[in-house]
Amino acid sequence: MLSRLSFNTQKKLIIFLFVSVPLLLLLTFAYYPALELFRISFTSWDGLSPDRTWIGWDNYKEVFSNSSIFGVFKHNLAYFVVGIVQNILAIYFAVVLNSKLKGRNFFRLLLFLPYILNGVAVAYLFGYVFDTTNGSLNYLLGQLGFGALSETSWLGNGSFVNYTLASIGLWRFMGFNMVIYLAALQSIPSDLYEAASIDGANGWKQFVHITLPNIYKIIELNLFLTVTGALEVFDLPFVLTKGGPAGASETFVMKIIETAFQFNNYGLASAMSVVLLLFVVIVLSIQRFLLNRKGE
Amino acid sequence: MQRSSRVWDSVKYLSLVIAAFAILFPPYIIIVNAFKTKEEFQTKSSISLPDSFLNFSNFGAAFKSADMTTAFGNTILIIGVTLVLNILIGSAFCYAVGRFNFKFKGAILGLFLFATIIPSITTQVVNYKTIQALDLTNNLMGPVLIYVGADILQIYIFLQFIRNIPYELDESAMLEGASLFRIFRSIIFPLLAPATATIVILKTISIYNDMFIPYLYLPRPEHVVVSTSLMRFFGVNSGDWQMISSAILIIMIPTAVLYMFLQKYIFAGVTSGAVK
Repeated sequence: MLSRLSFNTQKKLIIFLFVSVPLLLLLTFAYYPALELFRISFTSWDGLSPDRTWIGWDNYKEVFSNSSIFGVFKHNLAYFVVGIVQNILAIYFAVVLNSKLKGRNFFRLLLFLPYILNGVAVAYLFGYVFDTTNGSLNYLLGQLGFGALSETSWLGNGSFVNYTLASIGLWRFMGFNMVIYLAALQSIPSDLYEAASIDGANGWKQFVHITLPNIYKIIELNLFLTVTGALEVFDLPFVLTKGGPAGASETFVMKIIETAFQFNNYGLASAMSVVLLLFVVIVLSIQRFLLNRKGE
Repeated sequence: MQRSSRVWDSVKYLSLVIAAFAILFPPYIIIVNAFKTKEEFQTKSSISLPDSFLNFSNFGAAFKSADMTTAFGNTILIIGVTLVLNILIGSAFCYAVGRFNFKFKGAILGLFLFATIIPSITTQVVNYKTIQALDLTNNLMGPVLIYVGADILQIYIFLQFIRNIPYELDESAMLEGASLFRIFRSIIFPLLAPATATIVILKTISIYNDMFIPYLYLPRPEHVVVSTSLMRFFGVNSGDWQMISSAILIIMIPTAVLYMFLQKYIFAGVTSGAVK
Protein backbone atom coordinates (compact mmCIF):
# COMPACT_ATOMS: atom_id res chain seq x y z
CA MET A 1 0.00 0.00 0.00
CA LEU A 2 2.73 2.34 1.03
CA SER A 3 4.77 1.57 -2.04
CA ARG A 4 2.06 3.24 -4.10
CA LEU A 5 2.99 6.59 -2.61
CA SER A 6 5.78 8.38 -4.41
CA PHE A 7 9.22 8.12 -2.80
CA ASN A 8 9.06 11.81 -2.12
CA THR A 9 5.86 11.50 -0.09
CA GLN A 10 7.20 8.44 1.69
CA LYS A 11 10.35 10.31 2.50
CA LYS A 12 8.44 13.23 4.00
CA LEU A 13 6.29 10.86 6.03
CA ILE A 14 9.30 8.97 7.35
CA ILE A 15 11.18 12.10 8.26
CA PHE A 16 8.19 13.50 10.08
CA LEU A 17 7.30 10.31 11.95
CA PHE A 18 10.80 9.13 12.74
CA VAL A 19 12.16 12.47 13.85
CA SER A 20 9.22 14.05 15.68
CA VAL A 21 8.89 11.44 18.44
CA PRO A 22 12.51 11.45 19.69
CA LEU A 23 12.64 15.20 19.25
CA LEU A 24 9.50 15.63 21.35
CA LEU A 25 10.97 13.38 24.06
CA LEU A 26 14.25 15.26 24.01
CA LEU A 27 12.52 18.61 24.34
CA THR A 28 10.23 17.35 27.13
CA PHE A 29 12.83 15.60 29.27
CA ALA A 30 16.04 17.49 28.59
CA TYR A 31 15.43 21.05 27.34
CA TYR A 32 12.12 21.93 28.96
CA PRO A 33 13.34 20.92 32.46
CA ALA A 34 16.61 22.78 31.97
CA LEU A 35 14.77 25.99 31.06
CA GLU A 36 12.05 25.48 33.65
CA LEU A 37 14.73 25.09 36.33
CA PHE A 38 15.93 28.61 35.60
CA ARG A 39 12.41 29.99 35.89
CA ILE A 40 11.54 28.18 39.13
CA SER A 41 14.88 29.16 40.64
CA PHE A 42 13.71 32.77 40.79
CA THR A 43 10.55 31.89 42.72
CA SER A 44 9.65 30.63 46.18
CA TRP A 45 7.53 27.80 44.80
CA ASP A 46 6.80 24.92 47.21
CA GLY A 47 6.07 22.42 44.44
CA LEU A 48 2.33 22.30 45.07
CA SER A 49 0.55 25.59 45.41
CA PRO A 50 -0.34 27.70 42.39
CA ASP A 51 1.49 30.54 44.11
CA ARG A 52 4.84 31.15 42.46
CA THR A 53 6.07 34.40 43.89
CA TRP A 54 8.97 35.95 42.00
CA ILE A 55 11.77 36.57 44.49
CA GLY A 56 14.61 37.53 42.16
CA TRP A 57 18.11 36.38 43.10
CA ASP A 58 17.26 35.43 46.70
CA ASN A 59 17.61 31.68 46.12
CA TYR A 60 21.01 32.16 44.52
CA LYS A 61 22.15 34.39 47.38
CA GLU A 62 21.06 31.61 49.73
CA VAL A 63 22.98 28.95 47.75
CA PHE A 64 26.23 30.89 47.81
CA SER A 65 26.02 32.44 51.27
CA ASN A 66 24.65 29.51 53.29
CA SER A 67 27.70 27.40 54.08
CA SER A 68 25.53 24.36 54.79
CA ILE A 69 24.60 24.40 51.09
CA PHE A 70 27.61 25.55 49.11
CA GLY A 71 30.05 24.19 51.70
CA VAL A 72 28.86 20.70 50.84
CA PHE A 73 31.04 20.87 47.72
CA LYS A 74 33.96 20.33 50.11
CA HIS A 75 32.67 16.78 50.51
CA ASN A 76 32.58 16.33 46.76
CA LEU A 77 36.24 17.38 46.65
CA ALA A 78 37.24 14.05 48.25
CA TYR A 79 35.76 12.22 45.27
CA PHE A 80 37.79 14.36 42.91
CA VAL A 81 41.06 13.74 44.78
CA VAL A 82 40.47 9.99 44.88
CA GLY A 83 39.37 10.19 41.22
CA ILE A 84 42.84 11.45 40.27
CA VAL A 85 44.43 8.47 42.04
CA GLN A 86 41.92 6.27 40.26
CA ASN A 87 43.05 7.61 36.87
CA ILE A 88 46.73 7.09 37.67
CA LEU A 89 46.03 3.49 38.68
CA ALA A 90 43.88 3.01 35.58
CA ILE A 91 46.68 4.20 33.28
CA TYR A 92 49.18 2.01 35.12
CA PHE A 93 47.06 -1.14 34.83
CA ALA A 94 46.13 -0.34 31.23
CA VAL A 95 49.83 -0.20 30.34
CA VAL A 96 50.54 -3.40 32.28
CA LEU A 97 47.66 -5.26 30.70
CA ASN A 98 48.55 -4.00 27.25
CA SER A 99 51.96 -5.68 27.43
CA LYS A 100 52.62 -9.35 26.79
CA LEU A 101 51.65 -11.12 29.95
CA LYS A 102 50.33 -14.46 31.09
CA GLY A 103 46.76 -14.27 32.36
CA ARG A 104 46.23 -10.89 30.72
CA ASN A 105 42.61 -11.53 29.79
CA PHE A 106 41.79 -12.88 33.21
CA PHE A 107 43.10 -9.76 34.95
CA ARG A 108 41.38 -7.50 32.45
CA LEU A 109 38.10 -9.25 33.12
CA LEU A 110 38.61 -9.11 36.87
CA LEU A 111 39.59 -5.45 37.10
CA PHE A 112 36.53 -4.37 35.16
CA LEU A 113 34.14 -6.63 37.07
CA PRO A 114 33.12 -4.14 39.82
CA TYR A 115 31.80 -1.69 37.22
CA ILE A 116 28.94 -3.94 36.14
CA LEU A 117 27.75 -4.82 39.64
CA ASN A 118 24.62 -3.25 41.12
CA GLY A 119 25.52 0.01 42.89
CA VAL A 120 23.28 -0.53 45.91
CA ALA A 121 24.67 -4.05 46.38
CA VAL A 122 28.21 -2.67 46.14
CA ALA A 123 27.39 -0.02 48.73
CA TYR A 124 26.18 -2.59 51.27
CA LEU A 125 29.04 -4.91 50.37
CA PHE A 126 31.37 -2.19 51.60
CA GLY A 127 29.07 -1.41 54.46
CA TYR A 128 30.10 -4.83 55.70
CA VAL A 129 33.78 -4.45 54.84
CA PHE A 130 33.99 -1.11 56.69
CA ASP A 131 31.81 -2.06 59.65
CA THR A 132 33.64 -1.12 62.87
CA THR A 133 33.03 -4.23 64.98
CA ASN A 134 32.02 -6.97 62.50
CA GLY A 135 33.81 -5.53 59.50
CA SER A 136 36.27 -7.64 57.60
CA LEU A 137 38.71 -4.79 56.98
CA ASN A 138 39.23 -4.20 60.69
CA TYR A 139 39.47 -7.93 61.25
CA LEU A 140 42.14 -8.15 58.59
CA LEU A 141 44.05 -5.21 60.04
CA GLY A 142 43.91 -6.80 63.48
CA GLN A 143 45.28 -10.08 62.12
CA LEU A 144 48.08 -8.26 60.35
CA GLY A 145 49.12 -6.63 63.61
CA PHE A 146 47.74 -3.12 63.11
CA GLY A 147 45.89 -3.28 66.42
CA ALA A 148 45.31 0.45 66.74
CA LEU A 149 44.01 0.83 63.20
CA SER A 150 41.67 -2.12 63.55
CA GLU A 151 39.23 -0.17 65.67
CA THR A 152 38.75 2.60 63.14
CA SER A 153 35.20 3.66 62.44
CA TRP A 154 35.66 4.03 58.69
CA LEU A 155 32.18 5.34 57.98
CA GLY A 156 31.59 7.04 61.32
CA ASN A 157 34.40 9.55 61.40
CA GLY A 158 33.47 12.87 59.86
CA SER A 159 37.03 13.82 58.97
CA PHE A 160 37.59 11.01 56.48
CA VAL A 161 34.20 9.43 55.78
CA ASN A 162 34.19 11.03 52.32
CA TYR A 163 37.53 9.45 51.49
CA THR A 164 36.25 6.08 52.65
CA LEU A 165 33.22 6.49 50.37
CA ALA A 166 35.33 7.76 47.49
CA SER A 167 37.59 4.73 47.79
CA ILE A 168 34.53 2.56 47.14
CA GLY A 169 34.06 4.64 43.99
CA LEU A 170 37.65 3.87 43.07
CA TRP A 171 37.02 0.16 43.54
CA ARG A 172 33.97 0.40 41.34
CA PHE A 173 35.14 2.63 38.50
CA MET A 174 38.91 2.11 38.14
CA GLY A 175 38.31 -0.76 35.70
CA PHE A 176 35.98 1.41 33.62
CA ASN A 177 38.68 4.07 33.16
CA MET A 178 41.20 1.32 32.49
CA VAL A 179 39.15 -0.17 29.66
CA ILE A 180 38.94 3.24 27.98
CA TYR A 181 42.72 3.72 28.35
CA LEU A 182 43.32 0.22 27.03
CA ALA A 183 41.33 0.95 23.88
CA ALA A 184 43.43 4.07 23.37
CA LEU A 185 46.69 2.19 23.93
CA GLN A 186 45.72 -0.45 21.42
CA SER A 187 45.26 2.18 18.75
CA ILE A 188 48.88 3.37 19.04
CA PRO A 189 50.77 1.86 16.07
CA SER A 190 53.31 -0.69 17.33
CA ASP A 191 56.02 0.40 14.89
CA LEU A 192 56.41 3.57 16.97
CA TYR A 193 57.62 1.42 19.84
CA GLU A 194 59.79 -0.71 17.56
CA ALA A 195 61.50 2.35 16.15
CA ALA A 196 62.04 3.69 19.66
CA SER A 197 63.64 0.53 20.96
CA ILE A 198 65.97 0.42 17.95
CA ASP A 199 66.99 3.94 18.92
CA GLY A 200 67.69 2.60 22.41
CA ALA A 201 64.80 4.18 24.32
CA ASN A 202 63.95 2.16 27.43
CA GLY A 203 60.49 1.32 28.69
CA TRP A 204 60.05 4.45 30.80
CA LYS A 205 61.23 6.74 28.01
CA GLN A 206 58.85 5.04 25.61
CA PHE A 207 56.03 5.58 28.09
CA VAL A 208 56.79 9.29 28.48
CA HIS A 209 57.51 10.09 24.84
CA ILE A 210 55.18 7.76 22.97
CA THR A 211 52.44 6.42 25.20
CA LEU A 212 51.51 9.58 27.13
CA PRO A 213 51.31 11.96 24.15
CA ASN A 214 49.24 9.43 22.21
CA ILE A 215 46.64 8.96 24.93
CA TYR A 216 46.60 12.60 25.96
CA LYS A 217 43.07 13.16 24.64
CA ILE A 218 41.77 10.12 26.46
CA ILE A 219 43.40 11.21 29.70
CA GLU A 220 41.62 14.51 29.26
CA LEU A 221 38.31 12.75 28.61
CA ASN A 222 38.70 10.58 31.70
CA LEU A 223 39.63 13.55 33.86
CA PHE A 224 36.51 15.39 32.80
CA LEU A 225 34.43 12.30 33.51
CA THR A 226 36.07 12.30 36.94
CA VAL A 227 35.20 15.94 37.58
CA THR A 228 31.56 15.63 36.53
CA GLY A 229 31.29 12.32 38.38
CA ALA A 230 32.61 13.95 41.55
CA LEU A 231 30.12 16.81 41.20
CA GLU A 232 27.20 14.41 40.76
CA VAL A 233 27.92 11.83 43.49
CA PHE A 234 24.71 10.57 45.00
CA ASP A 235 24.04 6.90 45.50
CA LEU A 236 26.99 5.72 47.60
CA PRO A 237 26.63 8.19 50.48
CA PHE A 238 22.85 8.12 50.18
CA VAL A 239 22.68 4.36 50.62
CA LEU A 240 25.53 3.85 53.03
CA THR A 241 25.69 6.78 55.43
CA LYS A 242 22.54 8.78 54.68
CA GLY A 243 24.88 11.75 54.72
CA GLY A 244 26.13 11.06 58.23
CA PRO A 245 27.80 11.31 60.63
CA ALA A 246 26.13 14.66 61.31
CA GLY A 247 25.97 15.62 57.64
CA ALA A 248 29.70 15.05 57.07
CA SER A 249 29.15 12.94 53.95
CA GLU A 250 26.23 14.80 52.37
CA THR A 251 26.81 15.63 48.73
CA PHE A 252 25.37 18.44 46.68
CA VAL A 253 22.89 16.23 44.82
CA MET A 254 21.67 14.77 48.12
CA LYS A 255 21.08 18.34 49.31
CA ILE A 256 19.06 19.10 46.19
CA ILE A 257 16.85 16.03 46.58
CA GLU A 258 16.33 16.77 50.27
CA THR A 259 15.51 20.43 49.65
CA ALA A 260 12.97 19.61 46.95
CA PHE A 261 11.29 16.46 48.15
CA GLN A 262 11.55 16.69 51.94
CA PHE A 263 11.42 20.42 52.58
CA ASN A 264 9.29 21.20 49.51
CA ASN A 265 11.49 24.15 48.70
CA TYR A 266 11.40 23.81 44.92
CA GLY A 267 12.65 27.31 44.31
CA LEU A 268 15.84 26.81 46.28
CA ALA A 269 16.33 23.25 44.95
CA SER A 270 16.01 24.59 41.41
CA ALA A 271 18.59 27.28 42.07
CA MET A 272 20.93 24.59 43.41
CA SER A 273 20.27 22.45 40.34
CA VAL A 274 21.04 25.41 38.09
CA VAL A 275 24.34 25.99 39.89
CA LEU A 276 25.29 22.32 39.46
CA LEU A 277 24.12 22.34 35.85
CA LEU A 278 26.23 25.39 35.08
CA PHE A 279 29.30 23.86 36.75
CA VAL A 280 28.96 20.71 34.66
CA VAL A 281 28.24 22.63 31.46
CA ILE A 282 31.28 24.85 32.04
CA VAL A 283 33.52 21.86 32.72
CA LEU A 284 32.27 19.99 29.66
CA SER A 285 32.46 23.05 27.42
CA ILE A 286 36.10 23.49 28.36
CA GLN A 287 36.64 19.86 27.44
CA ARG A 288 34.90 20.19 24.05
CA PHE A 289 36.84 23.37 23.38
CA LEU A 290 40.16 21.68 24.14
CA LEU A 291 39.23 18.67 22.02
CA ASN A 292 38.24 20.76 19.04
CA ARG A 293 41.31 22.93 19.28
CA LYS A 294 43.49 19.83 19.13
CA GLY A 295 41.46 18.44 16.27
CA GLU A 296 42.31 21.38 14.02
CA MET B 1 68.63 -4.56 30.38
CA GLN B 2 67.77 -8.19 31.01
CA ARG B 3 67.71 -7.68 34.77
CA SER B 4 65.65 -4.52 34.79
CA SER B 5 63.00 -6.18 32.66
CA ARG B 6 62.83 -9.07 35.10
CA VAL B 7 62.33 -6.62 37.97
CA TRP B 8 59.61 -4.89 35.98
CA ASP B 9 57.93 -8.23 35.36
CA SER B 10 57.79 -9.01 39.07
CA VAL B 11 56.46 -5.54 39.84
CA LYS B 12 53.74 -6.07 37.24
CA TYR B 13 52.65 -9.39 38.68
CA LEU B 14 52.86 -8.22 42.25
CA SER B 15 50.66 -5.20 41.55
CA LEU B 16 48.16 -7.34 39.65
CA VAL B 17 47.95 -9.80 42.52
CA ILE B 18 47.37 -6.95 44.99
CA ALA B 19 44.68 -5.49 42.72
CA ALA B 20 43.04 -8.89 42.33
CA PHE B 21 43.01 -9.29 46.09
CA ALA B 22 41.50 -5.82 46.60
CA ILE B 23 38.78 -6.58 44.07
CA LEU B 24 37.96 -10.08 45.27
CA PHE B 25 38.19 -9.55 49.01
CA PRO B 26 34.82 -7.74 49.52
CA PRO B 27 32.79 -10.20 47.41
CA TYR B 28 34.62 -13.11 49.07
CA ILE B 29 33.38 -11.95 52.47
CA ILE B 30 29.83 -11.74 51.19
CA ILE B 31 30.01 -15.19 49.59
CA VAL B 32 31.33 -16.99 52.67
CA ASN B 33 28.88 -15.31 55.01
CA ALA B 34 25.84 -15.81 52.84
CA PHE B 35 26.11 -19.55 53.47
CA LYS B 36 26.52 -19.34 57.24
CA THR B 37 23.81 -20.07 59.78
CA LYS B 38 23.12 -17.50 62.45
CA GLU B 39 25.07 -19.53 65.01
CA GLU B 40 28.05 -20.00 62.74
CA PHE B 41 28.02 -16.31 62.00
CA GLN B 42 28.24 -15.41 65.67
CA THR B 43 30.93 -17.92 66.58
CA LYS B 44 33.23 -17.80 63.56
CA SER B 45 35.37 -15.01 62.21
CA SER B 46 33.93 -13.09 59.31
CA ILE B 47 36.54 -14.32 56.83
CA SER B 48 36.28 -18.04 57.63
CA LEU B 49 34.55 -20.50 55.30
CA PRO B 50 31.05 -21.71 56.14
CA ASP B 51 30.45 -25.30 57.27
CA SER B 52 28.64 -26.02 54.07
CA PHE B 53 28.19 -24.24 50.77
CA LEU B 54 24.89 -26.07 50.45
CA ASN B 55 23.15 -24.08 53.15
CA PHE B 56 20.77 -22.06 50.98
CA SER B 57 18.38 -21.15 53.78
CA ASN B 58 19.53 -17.51 53.90
CA PHE B 59 18.92 -17.14 50.19
CA GLY B 60 15.40 -18.49 50.45
CA ALA B 61 14.59 -16.27 53.40
CA ALA B 62 16.14 -13.18 51.81
CA PHE B 63 14.43 -13.81 48.49
CA LYS B 64 11.08 -14.02 50.19
CA SER B 65 11.38 -11.26 52.73
CA ALA B 66 12.89 -8.76 50.26
CA ASP B 67 10.00 -9.58 47.91
CA MET B 68 12.43 -10.27 45.11
CA THR B 69 9.86 -11.99 42.92
CA THR B 70 8.09 -8.65 42.59
CA ALA B 71 11.40 -6.78 42.40
CA PHE B 72 12.80 -8.89 39.56
CA GLY B 73 9.44 -8.88 37.78
CA ASN B 74 9.21 -5.09 37.90
CA THR B 75 12.85 -4.63 36.90
CA ILE B 76 12.51 -6.97 33.93
CA LEU B 77 9.30 -5.24 32.82
CA ILE B 78 10.90 -1.79 33.03
CA ILE B 79 14.01 -2.97 31.17
CA GLY B 80 11.96 -4.77 28.51
CA VAL B 81 9.61 -1.91 27.67
CA THR B 82 12.45 0.64 27.79
CA LEU B 83 14.59 -1.42 25.42
CA VAL B 84 11.81 -1.97 22.87
CA LEU B 85 10.92 1.73 22.79
CA ASN B 86 14.51 2.88 22.83
CA ILE B 87 15.56 0.65 19.98
CA LEU B 88 12.50 1.37 17.84
CA ILE B 89 12.66 5.11 18.31
CA GLY B 90 16.45 5.28 18.16
CA SER B 91 16.89 3.19 15.03
CA ALA B 92 14.02 4.93 13.22
CA PHE B 93 15.48 8.34 14.05
CA CYS B 94 18.90 7.31 12.84
CA TYR B 95 17.44 5.93 9.62
CA ALA B 96 15.73 9.25 8.88
CA VAL B 97 18.77 11.29 9.84
CA GLY B 98 21.36 8.97 8.34
CA ARG B 99 19.68 8.52 4.97
CA PHE B 100 17.86 11.72 4.07
CA ASN B 101 18.51 15.42 3.96
CA PHE B 102 15.90 17.78 5.25
CA LYS B 103 15.45 21.23 6.62
CA PHE B 104 16.83 21.83 10.12
CA LYS B 105 18.58 18.44 10.11
CA GLY B 106 21.82 20.02 11.31
CA ALA B 107 20.01 21.98 14.00
CA ILE B 108 18.14 18.91 15.25
CA LEU B 109 21.32 16.86 15.41
CA GLY B 110 22.95 19.75 17.22
CA LEU B 111 20.15 19.69 19.81
CA PHE B 112 20.77 16.00 20.42
CA LEU B 113 24.53 16.55 20.67
CA PHE B 114 24.22 19.47 23.05
CA ALA B 115 21.77 17.60 25.29
CA THR B 116 24.55 15.26 26.40
CA ILE B 117 26.06 18.01 28.48
CA ILE B 118 22.86 18.54 30.50
CA PRO B 119 23.35 16.23 33.49
CA SER B 120 20.07 14.36 33.93
CA ILE B 121 20.52 14.21 37.69
CA THR B 122 19.99 17.99 37.85
CA THR B 123 16.77 18.06 35.88
CA GLN B 124 14.85 15.55 38.01
CA VAL B 125 13.33 18.30 40.14
CA VAL B 126 11.34 19.40 37.06
CA ASN B 127 10.98 15.97 35.44
CA TYR B 128 9.32 14.79 38.61
CA LYS B 129 6.63 17.42 38.11
CA THR B 130 6.25 16.44 34.44
CA ILE B 131 5.76 12.78 35.34
CA GLN B 132 3.29 13.86 37.99
CA ALA B 133 1.36 15.94 35.48
CA LEU B 134 1.20 12.92 33.17
CA ASP B 135 -0.19 10.93 36.10
CA LEU B 136 2.69 8.47 35.91
CA THR B 137 4.12 8.63 39.42
CA ASN B 138 3.64 5.31 41.18
CA ASN B 139 3.49 3.72 37.78
CA LEU B 140 6.20 1.56 36.26
CA MET B 141 5.87 3.52 33.03
CA GLY B 142 7.11 6.70 34.72
CA PRO B 143 10.74 5.52 34.94
CA VAL B 144 10.37 3.99 31.48
CA LEU B 145 9.50 7.38 30.06
CA ILE B 146 12.47 8.98 31.85
CA TYR B 147 14.85 6.31 30.57
CA VAL B 148 13.50 6.55 27.03
CA GLY B 149 13.33 10.33 26.96
CA ALA B 150 16.48 11.45 28.68
CA ASP B 151 19.16 8.99 27.62
CA ILE B 152 20.33 9.26 24.05
CA LEU B 153 23.26 6.89 24.02
CA GLN B 154 21.47 4.68 21.49
CA ILE B 155 21.37 7.51 18.98
CA TYR B 156 25.15 7.82 18.97
CA ILE B 157 25.67 4.12 18.59
CA PHE B 158 23.10 3.74 15.80
CA LEU B 159 24.32 6.83 13.95
CA GLN B 160 27.91 5.62 13.94
CA PHE B 161 26.75 2.29 12.68
CA ILE B 162 24.28 3.30 9.96
CA ARG B 163 26.96 5.34 8.18
CA ASN B 164 28.83 2.13 7.47
CA ILE B 165 25.87 0.45 5.77
CA PRO B 166 26.27 1.12 2.02
CA TYR B 167 23.54 3.23 0.47
CA GLU B 168 23.54 0.99 -2.62
CA LEU B 169 21.53 -1.51 -0.63
CA ASP B 170 18.73 1.03 -0.23
CA GLU B 171 18.93 2.00 -3.88
CA SER B 172 18.65 -1.48 -5.26
CA ALA B 173 15.71 -2.22 -2.97
CA MET B 174 14.01 0.95 -4.17
CA LEU B 175 14.50 -0.15 -7.79
CA GLU B 176 12.75 -3.38 -6.92
CA GLY B 177 9.81 -1.36 -5.66
CA ALA B 178 10.19 -1.69 -1.91
CA SER B 179 8.69 1.13 0.13
CA LEU B 180 10.97 3.12 2.42
CA PHE B 181 9.24 1.67 5.49
CA ARG B 182 9.98 -1.77 4.15
CA ILE B 183 13.60 -0.90 3.46
CA PHE B 184 13.96 0.28 7.02
CA ARG B 185 12.23 -2.76 8.47
CA SER B 186 13.69 -5.52 6.30
CA ILE B 187 17.12 -4.19 5.32
CA ILE B 188 18.41 -1.48 7.62
CA PHE B 189 17.05 -2.65 10.96
CA PRO B 190 18.40 -6.22 10.64
CA LEU B 191 21.79 -4.86 9.57
CA LEU B 192 21.87 -2.68 12.69
CA ALA B 193 21.78 -5.86 14.82
CA PRO B 194 25.31 -5.54 16.26
CA ALA B 195 24.57 -1.98 17.36
CA THR B 196 21.23 -3.12 18.77
CA ALA B 197 22.99 -5.84 20.75
CA THR B 198 25.43 -3.34 22.24
CA ILE B 199 22.56 -1.07 23.25
CA VAL B 200 20.59 -3.94 24.79
CA ILE B 201 23.55 -4.98 26.93
CA LEU B 202 24.58 -1.48 28.05
CA LYS B 203 21.04 -0.36 28.87
CA THR B 204 20.13 -3.56 30.65
CA ILE B 205 23.12 -3.15 32.94
CA SER B 206 22.61 0.56 33.53
CA ILE B 207 18.88 0.27 34.28
CA TYR B 208 19.37 -2.81 36.44
CA ASN B 209 21.98 -0.94 38.46
CA ASP B 210 20.13 2.37 38.73
CA MET B 211 18.73 3.33 42.10
CA PHE B 212 18.05 7.05 41.76
CA ILE B 213 15.12 6.99 39.32
CA PRO B 214 13.16 4.11 40.92
CA TYR B 215 13.78 5.54 44.37
CA LEU B 216 12.35 8.87 43.27
CA TYR B 217 9.45 7.72 41.12
CA LEU B 218 8.40 4.37 42.61
CA PRO B 219 8.05 4.74 46.38
CA ARG B 220 5.32 2.13 46.83
CA PRO B 221 6.21 -1.41 47.99
CA GLU B 222 4.39 -3.04 45.07
CA HIS B 223 6.61 -1.13 42.62
CA VAL B 224 9.85 -2.20 44.21
CA VAL B 225 12.75 -2.91 41.83
CA VAL B 226 15.96 -4.80 42.45
CA SER B 227 17.98 -1.85 43.79
CA THR B 228 15.25 -0.51 46.05
CA SER B 229 14.32 -3.96 47.35
CA LEU B 230 17.82 -4.30 48.76
CA MET B 231 17.52 -0.89 50.45
CA ARG B 232 14.23 -1.87 52.04
CA PHE B 233 15.62 -5.23 53.11
CA PHE B 234 18.66 -3.63 54.69
CA GLY B 235 16.47 -1.23 56.64
CA VAL B 236 14.59 -4.14 58.23
CA ASN B 237 17.49 -6.55 58.73
CA SER B 238 20.44 -4.26 59.49
CA GLY B 239 23.04 -6.10 61.54
CA ASP B 240 21.89 -9.50 60.27
CA TRP B 241 24.86 -9.69 57.94
CA GLN B 242 24.49 -13.31 56.85
CA MET B 243 20.99 -12.50 55.55
CA ILE B 244 22.10 -9.25 53.93
CA SER B 245 25.06 -11.02 52.34
CA SER B 246 22.79 -13.49 50.61
CA ALA B 247 20.48 -10.69 49.41
CA ILE B 248 23.51 -8.80 48.03
CA LEU B 249 24.67 -11.94 46.22
CA ILE B 250 21.27 -12.61 44.68
CA ILE B 251 21.29 -9.09 43.25
CA MET B 252 24.90 -9.14 42.05
CA ILE B 253 24.74 -12.45 40.24
CA PRO B 254 22.60 -11.56 37.17
CA THR B 255 24.89 -8.82 35.81
CA ALA B 256 27.99 -10.81 36.73
CA VAL B 257 26.73 -13.78 34.71
CA LEU B 258 25.80 -11.51 31.81
CA TYR B 259 29.32 -10.11 31.98
CA MET B 260 30.99 -13.51 31.84
CA PHE B 261 29.19 -14.36 28.61
CA LEU B 262 29.18 -10.97 26.89
CA GLN B 263 32.47 -9.42 28.01
CA LYS B 264 33.63 -8.60 24.49
CA TYR B 265 30.50 -6.63 23.63
CA ILE B 266 30.53 -4.91 26.99
CA PHE B 267 34.12 -3.71 26.58
CA ALA B 268 33.41 -2.47 23.07
CA GLY B 269 30.15 -0.81 24.08
CA VAL B 270 31.62 0.95 27.10
CA THR B 271 34.45 2.32 25.01
CA SER B 272 32.26 3.65 22.21
CA GLY B 273 29.75 5.02 24.73
CA ALA B 274 32.37 6.96 26.65
CA VAL B 275 34.20 8.38 23.66
CA LYS B 276 31.02 9.67 21.97
